[in-house]
Amino acid sequence: MDDIDRKILNIIQTGFPVTEAPYEVIGEKVGVPEDEAFERVKALYDGKIIRRIGASFDSRGIGWTSTLCAMKVPKEHIEDVAKIVSAYPGVTHNYERNHEYNLWFTFIAPDLAAVEKGLKEIGDKSGFGPVRNMPMIKKFKIKVDFKFKEKKEGAAQ
Amino acid sequence: MIDLTRDEVKICAKLQGSLPMTKRPFKDIAEELGLTEEEVIAKTKEFGEKKYYRRFGATLRHQKAGFTANGMGIWCVPNEADRQRLGEALAAYSEVSHAYERPSFEDWPYHLFTMIHGESDDEVRQIAKRMSDEVGVADYDVLFSIREFKKSSMQYFDYWPLDD
Repeated sequence: MDDIDRKILNIIQTGFPVTEAPYEVIGEKVGVPEDEAFERVKALYDGKIIRRIGASFDSRGIGWTSTLCAMKVPKEHIEDVAKIVSAYPGVTHNYERNHEYNLWFTFIAPDLAAVEKGLKEIGDKSGFGPVRNMPMIKKFKIKVDFKFKEKKEGAAQ
Repeated sequence: MIDLTRDEVKICAKLQGSLPMTKRPFKDIAEELGLTEEEVIAKTKEFGEKKYYRRFGATLRHQKAGFTANGMGIWCVPNEADRQRLGEALAAYSEVSHAYERPSFEDWPYHLFTMIHGESDDEVRQIAKRMSDEVGVADYDVLFSIREFKKSSMQYFDYWPLDD
């Protein structure tokens, strides 16, 4: 990955141009032709640096509800309970963490009633309920792009 | 839940995935859906203006890009009046990607959550220590993921109910 790649990543993480010829716009910003901008992004995608280029839909923005949940599960049962939890399509992240509350997952559903029904079910099925429901009260920050440091010397302008 | 037409749901379903890796990605989506390039571009912009999505752009595999470690910083701030100020102060660190206030429980005395990123678990711990010292929240912990059971993005539009 060189400096032009880093510049391109910084640009397209923040906002991929929504226009007929996006790579022409990207190329203009970093000073390379459209073809080169496209080949560079394609290489970053094929090289699995870029996971996807698309919209990060906001569950609240489209009127859905999301929450973070935690459970205390005895170590010997955690894999079985994790399987029950992961089976829900509304669970997008599910991790074991180093705490007495050791199973942490996110739960997304069309409304609050569906969230509560899902968490009650998980508690009942696993036998280790109730599931702690920790919906966000206040948001201080969401930053999903990471800035790459661009070297000053040798940077193409 | 917001109201969407059948065409809008189809466009959203495409946007929640990955754009085709072609020079005219919106034209290719339009052709696949039987719409025009102009319609797809206009709707994509409209959804952004209406805040249906937070961001339209590239998502990286952080491990590959050199951001290898992250930890969930949890901060005990019993006095409700302090949470806004301290939450903002913790969120201000460039190593923090997400910062929220969440409910506490008798066996869970933490109120503020921050995702902290670094090159190693140790570095994440050091950053949290520095945040604790500088911001002035002494009672905190950092939880790391020991195992990842699931990590995916929500496929909202695969389940979208349609009336017509």
